[in-house]
Amino acid sequence: MMREITYTTAAREALAEEMARDPSIFVVGEGIGVRGGNFNTTQGLYELYGPMRLRDTPIVERGFVGMCTGAAMTGSRPVVDFMFFDFILDSFGELFNQTSKMQYMSSGRLKMPIVLRGCIGIGGSSATHHSGSYYPIFVHIPGFRVVMPTNPYDAKGLFKTALRGDDPVLFLEHKSLLNVKGHVPEEDYSIPFGQAAIVREGTQATVVALGSMVRLVEKASETLANEGISIEIIDPRTLAPLDIDTILQSVHKTGRLLIVDETFAPCGVGSEISSQVMEKGFDDLDAPVMRLNGLHTPTPYSPALEAAVVPNAQTILQSIRDLLAE
Amino acid sequence: MSEEIAKEQALTLWRQMLMIRRTEEQLAKSYAGGMIPGACHTYVGEEAVATGVCAHLRHEDAVFSTHRGHGHALAKGVPPREVIAELFGRVTGCSRGRGGSMHLFSPEVGMMGTSGIVGPCILQATGAGYSFKLLGKDNVGVAFFGDGAMNNGAFHEGLNLAAIWDLPVIFVCEDNMYATEVPFAYATKNQDVAARARTYGMPGYSLDGNDVLAVSQAASEAIQRARSGGGPSLLHCKTYRTRPHAEGMRDAGYRTPQEVESWKQRDPIVTLKAKLLAQNLAEEGDFEEIESDIKAMVDEAAEFAKNSPYPDPATATEHIFSV
Ligand SMILES: Cc1ncc(C[n+]2csc(CCOP(=O)(O)OP(=O)(O)O)c2C)c(N)n1
Ligand SMILES: [Mg+2]
Repeated sequence: MMREITYTTAAREALAEEMARDPSIFVVGEGIGVRGGNFNTTQGLYELYGPMRLRDTPIVERGFVGMCTGAAMTGSRPVVDFMFFDFILDSFGELFNQTSKMQYMSSGRLKMPIVLRGCIGIGGSSATHHSGSYYPIFVHIPGFRVVMPTNPYDAKGLFKTALRGDDPVLFLEHKSLLNVKGHVPEEDYSIPFGQAAIVREGTQATVVALGSMVRLVEKASETLANEGISIEIIDPRTLAPLDIDTILQSVHKTGRLLIVDETFAPCGVGSEISSQVMEKGFDDLDAPVMRLNGLHTPTPYSPALEAAVVPNAQTILQSIRDLLAE
Repeated sequence: MSEEIAKEQALTLWRQMLMIRRTEEQLAKSYAGGMIPGACHTYVGEEAVATGVCAHLRHEDAVFSTHRGHGHALAKGVPPREVIAELFGRVTGCSRGRGGSMHLFSPEVGMMGTSGIVGPCILQATGAGYSFKLLGKDNVGVAFFGDGAMNNGAFHEGLNLAAIWDLPVIFVCEDNMYATEVPFAYATKNQDVAARARTYGMPGYSLDGNDVLAVSQAASEAIQRARSGGGPSLLHCKTYRTRPHAEGMRDAGYRTPQEVESWKQRDPIVTLKAKLLAQNLAEEGDFEEIESDIKAMVDEAAEFAKNSPYPDPATATEHIFSV
């Protein structure tokens, strides 16, 4: 029987294996050395690879992102561990004007092998400085790969691809998934970017679910299955590149599309998917494309308020029913 | 040092400064003639800094520069023709027409980019130092930046990171007294830049940035130390740009013609020549020969650029990603 490990362990295995294979990989972050990472992302690696490759930093997000951009231009392969992804906001100038543009500006003569990882998402009363996701912003900018695994198998396989490639990759780990266990083979494998997973096959409606929403939508689909309603669930796995073809094929079959995303609706991933489906699959649609998003607000602290700003089992079920009623 | 070697080295520095000067003058002329569609910040007056520092660099050493970066690119080994063609927006330019003045790239010779943003070069040079240390190479990262970057967070963050990890990085501040029209003295309470280096725990040099021999001497020491594991240094080079901030911009209201004139009297190219003549290290003929070589080279470069094709519009979205 295949072993089961957690999401965090799976991602850490990918990192450990690639670090063993490639001595130019190093990790920077706060508490990622001896401490092993606030989220255990580097546990046990310092003992193996020491301070030059597990580099604890001062609290200078702009500084170490800029530094790692220069490092990636000169032969090494940095992994920036932000801990909470929110902290990346301090480094936007470096990322948007430098990291994402170097390959282009050098007309392809420089590479930019840098992985930017961090924990995203709302939950646990983390409040508004520790709950951010922000991925639509990166999808908007040319030059970033945006990867959002939703289970241990994908976490390991996609992290391997990130570490072996030559592009800037945002590797986003939703906090609610970190301790989720799943099957991960012992042998080496990787998952290419731009290939969505069909999480569940169905015929009556397509639901594209992002990040932590995949598990909630799966639960909803089970409830609906008991009523004889058949839902197809797609997890894009990478938002840039986005596998629109898999979504289009599904919509061709079902005629209905809902996008469920924890983060904000305006100019979001759902808006983009919706536009592309209208441009390329209008004739397949039997109903308007629908979105279910978290509310457009900073994230509140109190559990009563926090729960109110994210999609949940009920709102997901209701949205699917609304879509089917259209 | 034997007199022969001293002469040869000094003339090499002089040639390099002149090559930058004549290329810049060509660019200014081309700008006025409408050949340059974008911005053009010249390095006229500051040639001694790039020349003195880059004299000690190899292609494998990585230079990260600023908006005033033509001189750094040229001193690092990008040929004038590729710089001029880039400013003309031609496919033969060092960035294949994607960059212009503020995005000159030639990784083949270790020119890792001029930049339209003040500050990031300081961090990127620090990262190059990190790479070299990690990979066990004896190369150095070099950041050139203006006085305007001195109060940017990147300066503080980059110098501190390079210092705590003893990285092989040379920070070169080209203090030309103004950030566009804002005096350094306005923007900075404590103008003792070398003292700032010491607060970060690295050696700081206060240099006459118009004296190429002084810059070269200090750079040689700092680069040697960095290569052998001795960590970063900061060179504070006091210099002056004698042309406007950018071509086509006004150059009045923030400095006096007398001030500009007084700095022209300290022109690094003129003063080195006078010094070598006074010391009988070189003769008028040595300089004339270099002058005519450089003139031919820059004329040819401008001709090459003018005759080069524009990039194919169909390639506008190439190279965003590695594959
Ligand atoms: C982050 C950022 N802010 C503003 C500018 C606009 N800008 C371009 S050059 C310049 C002045 C820079 O002065 P300095 O660093 O002293 O260089 P110098 O032009 O004197 O060589 C400014 C403010 C910029 N390029 N980047
Ligand atoms: Mg200045």
